[in-house]
Amino acid sequence: MTARLTVNGRPCDLPEQGTATLLDLLRDQLMLTGAKRGCNYGVCGTCSVLIDGMLGRACLTLAADCAGRSVTTVEALDADGSPDPIQRCLVEAGAVQCGFCTPAMVLAARALLDANPRPSRAEIVAAISGNICRCSGYGAIVEAIAAAAHG
Amino acid sequence: MAEFAVVGSSAPRLDGLEKATGRAVYVDDMTRPGLLHGAVLRSAYAHARIVAIDTAAALALPGVHCVLTGEDFPHRYGAFVQDEVALARDRVRYVGEPVAVLAAETPALARQAAALIAVDYEELPAVMTPEEALAPDAPLVHADFAGYARRVAVPLPPNVCAATTISEGDVDAAFAGCDVVVEGTYRTQAQVHCYLEPCGALAEADAAGKVTIWSSCQSVFRVQATVAEILGLPMARIRAVAAKVGGAFGGKSDVTVQPLAAALALRTRRPVRLVLTRDDDFMMMRTRHPATVWMKTGAMADGRLVARAARLTLDGGAYAEDSSAVLGFALLIARGPYRIEHVRMEGRVAYTNRLRAAGFRGYGNPQVTFAGECQIDEIAARLGRDPLDLRLQNAVRAGDDWVGGQRIEACGLVDCLERLRAALPPAAPGRGIGVACVAHISGILSTSAIVRVLEDGTVTLSTGAVDLGEGADTVLAQICAETLGLPLDRINYAVPDTDGSPYNWSTGGSRVTYMVGRAVTAAAGQARDRLFGHAAEMLECAAGDLELRPGGRVGIAGVPGPEITFRDISARAHWAVGGPIIGSASVMFEGGGFDPKRSAVTGNGIGKLGAFVFGAQAAEVEVDAVTGRIAVSRLWAAHDVGRAINPTAVAGQIAGGVAQGLGYALYEDLRFDGPNPANPTLMDYKVPGATEMPEIIPIIVEHPEPSGPFGAKGIGEPPLVPVAPAIANAVAALHGVRLRTLPLTPERVLAALDEA
Repeated sequence: MTARLTVNGRPCDLPEQGTATLLDLLRDQLMLTGAKRGCNYGVCGTCSVLIDGMLGRACLTLAADCAGRSVTTVEALDADGSPDPIQRCLVEAGAVQCGFCTPAMVLAARALLDANPRPSRAEIVAAISGNICRCSGYGAIVEAIAAAAHG
Repeated sequence: MAEFAVVGSSAPRLDGLEKATGRAVYVDDMTRPGLLHGAVLRSAYAHARIVAIDTAAALALPGVHCVLTGEDFPHRYGAFVQDEVALARDRVRYVGEPVAVLAAETPALARQAAALIAVDYEELPAVMTPEEALAPDAPLVHADFAGYARRVAVPLPPNVCAATTISEGDVDAAFAGCDVVVEGTYRTQAQVHCYLEPCGALAEADAAGKVTIWSSCQSVFRVQATVAEILGLPMARIRAVAAKVGGAFGGKSDVTVQPLAAALALRTRRPVRLVLTRDDDFMMMRTRHPATVWMKTGAMADGRLVARAARLTLDGGAYAEDSSAVLGFALLIARGPYRIEHVRMEGRVAYTNRLRAAGFRGYGNPQVTFAGECQIDEIAARLGRDPLDLRLQNAVRAGDDWVGGQRIEACGLVDCLERLRAALPPAAPGRGIGVACVAHISGILSTSAIVRVLEDGTVTLSTGAVDLGEGADTVLAQICAETLGLPLDRINYAVPDTDGSPYNWSTGGSRVTYMVGRAVTAAAGQARDRLFGHAAEMLECAAGDLELRPGGRVGIAGVPGPEITFRDISARAHWAVGGPIIGSASVMFEGGGFDPKRSAVTGNGIGKLGAFVFGAQAAEVEVDAVTGRIAVSRLWAAHDVGRAINPTAVAGQIAGGVAQGLGYALYEDLRFDGPNPANPTLMDYKVPGATEMPEIIPIIVEHPEPSGPFGAKGIGEPPLVPVAPAIANAVAALHGVRLRTLPLTPERVLAALDEA
């Protein structure tokens, strides 16, 4: 029997190569390119996805370690055709510039709001502290997440 | 802002949802049938002769299609000095320089094969700093320099790729008459662009040998021209298309990996994607110019600034690239936004065996403004004056001339300072506040726009301007919509593509809103005039009696009755009379330059630059006396943008620029350990994160620029520039210590506090 994981609600086979990372699986095999390869060593945060609801680095996670787990990528958040409030708030607050960090920021915010629906500003800052943004200075991102939570 | 319908509104960026949902396509997200993957082999030496390259083992690996080396790239290139090659030939000049590139079936295979290429080097002595490079009998970075074509052909000393002087008035006599003179040497570091998306390109050649290059770039036209030059092909055989760009900041201004991807695609006859790893990007690409700035400023007892002199040495790294222009601009702007009559600015750029320095948000300005704005505070301290007040006394105003003689048409600097003063809190114990100003330009060279009215009366706008994330697409569409009286959703902004877009020099120089906006205004105005021509015939009136009405309708001014729509007009034009309605315009920035009657200039690498833009910032800091750590709690940033076409986008540029300025001031520094970059990773090179950010308070000032679209001018670069001196001035205000070396690390703060 092949080991499997679930990606965005659909079962999926693990890659044959044991060295494949979750990011390789998502981007190269499943063509889910919302998760980005900004550094490939776990610092920039652009590859972040939800693994069993927890924010995780897809570039540092072996695909094989996700057997039996459920992975959610940014592509799942508007699968019903309607963007997540976080996505709408980010756009409206002017928090999206080059956009390379944005999908992972969306997921970091989603993980936060799922666990803590009414976060303080400091909790929002802490939740995105592992995601680098080189364009915005973060303020608009923090405002957008607060708006999604409280608005 | 009732004056306009679309201009002045914070419309959400056009591609915002596309990016937030993860659907935006960056180069690394693109694929093509039969795609191959590229990888680069980097030099392990700072300076060495390449004795031989053995590619046999790499080529023998199944799935490897081709390996290229320097021999495959015979043409030199370079905007100011033709000293560059796409791959090292005969010599390597920095650790990380690309030596070979190959294409293989998978990225992993490509990297594995690159490791099998054997290069036999004969190491040569290297020069790692300008001091070493400029020492007598130093090893030459470019032994063949005398044979290179150069745009500014003045005689230069060894290991110098550019030298410029600008002077006005009589500096020595002026200093002799000054009541207060301050003098010091300031040092700034190598900041890395650290765009989040590493450089990448995907190239594909057709059967006739025309190659299409999708890439992360600041200008599809510079890519087209430079790839053509490197490959020795006519430009008509190169098509460059912009993918989504994950940040650039000047680092993707010149070509990055496009020539390598194009050559691989032509050789293999397969599409090839070459995306750098973060390691490759750090080691191969670019930094801001490290600088040593000696500066001297003199004032009268009444606070009037009268003289400034500076000597600037920039570390250009191994290749000249845009260094000549960076130097020229730094010297032009080094006077600062003050009425100083006597100036003498001298500078040179040294070649060293480090990765090349290049344009980076600010373009030479942050280095000289750090020195200049620190000196304004040093003078204020000597005179017992309030630093903000001293700036107000000397600030340039509209109608003044800049160095060289260009008139400042619009100037909100005094307003920026007054707004800042009104916003600042009263002094609090343990907190210091420092102020700094910035002057910059918005403009440069040429651009063009095409506005096409489609059959249904909606519009496609083509400009060739690549949006790097700042939101230029949205701003330009807003300008087009406003000019035509259309809602924003009727404007389609075309992807920049050299096959279809009209020429645009680049997204850089804080120029797109101002320069491309001018072209869009003119092109949309021409389309409107042509719509009116049809409407006049259809409504049987004079074109001069017509007016635009909201939503793409035309009527007779003052007559509520008959009205026709853009759809009616465009249908007539397409199917019956006259042909499709197209407006187009070309613009060039033609003001400025140096008036030889007032300025003595040698070795100048810059031309006519642009409209002047101004700003002033204040930083509030606390200093931990035990650790030496500076914490910035609030930063007020007042910037004159002429008119804010999109206030949210302007605030975004201010906040983002301040964040990069904060990194420059406090953290970012690519250090070298001998010949090797010591911290070329995101683990060891600190980019500010969310937890390091102060509260940023943007203050938008609007003094309309007469030549700008709806009065607008640029904001891309200025917000980064005054951050470091504002923080250094705040530390001086708090503790009386003057820090003259960036970044302002805890070690340097502690050392200064110990000395005090």
